[in-house]
Amino acid sequence: MNVIKYSTLTAAALLLAPGLAQAEISGDAVKIGYLADMSGTYRDLAGPGGLEALNMAIEDFGGEVNGAPIEVLSADDRNSADVGANTVRGWIDQDDVDLVAGMVASSVTIAVTNILEQQDKLGIVSGSAASSITNEHCTPNHIHWVYDTYPMANGTAKAIVDEGGDTWFLLTADYAFGHALESDVETVVKENGGEIVGKVRHPFPTSDFSSYILQAQGSGAKIVGLANAGSDTVNALTTASQFGLVQSGQTLAGLLIFLNDVQALGLDVTQGLQLTTGWYWDMDDESREWANRYYERTQRMPTMVQAGIYSSTLHYLNAVAETGSDDAATVREQMAATPVNDMFADDGRIREDGRMVHDMYLVEVKSPSESEGEWDLYEILRTIPAEEAFRPLSESQCSLVKG
Amino acid sequence: MAMSDSPRVTATRQRSARRRLGLLYVGLIVLGLVAPFVAYPVFLMKILCFALFASAFNLLLGFAGLLSFGHAAFLATGAYITGFLLSTYPGLTPELGILIGTLGSAVLGMLFGILAIRRQGIYFAMITLALAQMMFFFFIQAPFTGGEDGLHGVPRGKLFGLFSLQSNLALYYFVFAVFVLGFALIQRTVHSPFGQVLKAIRENEPRAVSLGYDTDTYKLVAFVISAGLAGLAGATKTLVFQLASLGDAHWHMSGEVILMTLLGGVGTLLGPLVGASLVIGLQHQLSQSPLGDWVSVILGTIFVLCVLSFRSGIIGELQKLVKRNFK
Repeated sequence: MNVIKYSTLTAAALLLAPGLAQAEISGDAVKIGYLADMSGTYRDLAGPGGLEALNMAIEDFGGEVNGAPIEVLSADDRNSADVGANTVRGWIDQDDVDLVAGMVASSVTIAVTNILEQQDKLGIVSGSAASSITNEHCTPNHIHWVYDTYPMANGTAKAIVDEGGDTWFLLTADYAFGHALESDVETVVKENGGEIVGKVRHPFPTSDFSSYILQAQGSGAKIVGLANAGSDTVNALTTASQFGLVQSGQTLAGLLIFLNDVQALGLDVTQGLQLTTGWYWDMDDESREWANRYYERTQRMPTMVQAGIYSSTLHYLNAVAETGSDDAATVREQMAATPVNDMFADDGRIREDGRMVHDMYLVEVKSPSESEGEWDLYEILRTIPAEEAFRPLSESQCSLVKG
Repeated sequence: MAMSDSPRVTATRQRSARRRLGLLYVGLIVLGLVAPFVAYPVFLMKILCFALFASAFNLLLGFAGLLSFGHAAFLATGAYITGFLLSTYPGLTPELGILIGTLGSAVLGMLFGILAIRRQGIYFAMITLALAQMMFFFFIQAPFTGGEDGLHGVPRGKLFGLFSLQSNLALYYFVFAVFVLGFALIQRTVHSPFGQVLKAIRENEPRAVSLGYDTDTYKLVAFVISAGLAGLAGATKTLVFQLASLGDAHWHMSGEVILMTLLGGVGTLLGPLVGASLVIGLQHQLSQSPLGDWVSVILGTIFVLCVLSFRSGIIGELQKLVKRNFK
């Protein structure tokens, strides 16, 4: 390390922030590692588009923090926990990475956050769904930014029951993830005066949903809830559309479906589907302005995950600039002390379990006649306030909350 | 070997060949000992684990002629058992955890083997695939594996309760020792009379039967050794990454090990090591480069090229070259 440069920097930091004697930026650079699925199932959710959002954030910030350059490394985790863990270990040991961003598949995320805790570096999870990331798997070294299964399932279920959808049929993927979604939804539906009239479990993964969809149609339920994810949800939706489920008066509720899925499936298949999202590009002027800038670079509208990556990176860089340090604990404290007010969230805040809580939105997919363009997909039905959307801290199993 | 060679010449030649091979092994061990000072130890450990896995697979395909399409099940069983034991019982030392994981895989190999070796060729492959898929669904449902999320935070612990394996360098030497032991076992097996019978079965099973060999027993024993070593690789891998995930049990993993073995050279001892290094190295390098999206495509292309133009793999072709020019 260049001693003179180092001491100048320290001196500068001391001048800027009196009292922060330990403040410094390690390795004279802020290094951000972007880890995501760049080639598989989740490519369109985060993938190369997320990296673009990350780069936009750094450019908008000016490319450097207090004179220290910001460097970006990126890698494809191929949805494998081994590869993800190995990459992040290498980044920290060899490249002195300060922040790991992106992270989609929950197995990868949990593996990576374990390493981040061991090595005391910071991670911001934008892509993962599992609510366990800030519950039983919480660490003081990561923040979960965009969404998790709790608001996706509970928010959607509660909002739909409130709107009068009180009889439910559940289609569940037969493994731990599906079971968790199923039990969450059941509880919420019953608590709010609804009724589960039937449910069926399908193996994971399944390609032929005909018999399950017929069962759902025969059940007479007003709402058919899809407690599955990824290709299962896509296949179930396609089959439901072929069988005219929506046309025959039932409503589909997607518990884990994203803008890119809806866009890929098309409005013919997905119209009328109700789901919860953390962000939509056409929400307000600020989000539209950013989304249009993003569109110019990528020719795609951003998903909520990609928007979250932009928002969280800026928030991180602001905290680094503010404290003059890239030490995980210092930066996290500063991030938690500052409310998030940007194109992504209004008055979002980071709780002690690492969950960034912000308003979520119940949306309905437009019909082809209502839609005015390729990306005009959602109509926002209602806002789910932050305190209602996420799992309350009183139910948390996170050690940071209890202790 | 020419017809005119007298037995004495042949013996001398064999002895010098053995000496050359011995020198090669010593060279490789020295290389393995200094490697962590040059390359990143975690990356090297990953290569060693997969090289052991591929070598175990190669014992079956290369020397007994049995193409198993379900070896991921053994890798995952070793990984999950070891991971579960080490994270549940903090008093257990890592080498015991690995040993139990290996035994678990060997027992599973015995069960699979009894069913699978009754059939040959594609039917054998399909039976192993089917059984491995059953294990995959078991692992996804079983409460102790963590399902989709995997088993995390496995402690590295202290070897024999004495030496901490927390540092990457210490762990590297442990993994290297495990690999050398596993490799030596395979080397011994292949060059023993048992290995010769396996080769006879590979070349012509009815003839081996007519010579009075109980081929089913030989095949079963080979299957169990291979499964146990695959489990050893999985168990060691769990210690390195401190996690066991569903990816180990997925049939992609069974495919990947075939790719490594064929690329390096099936039926050669060093082939799987070279193949594993190449595949893991490429994946590692490519995933961090702008070509990241193309990893699968590039590996696929290499595989096609290998099958089309150099079928005996890198080491196989090298051996042919040496035989042709320097005999």
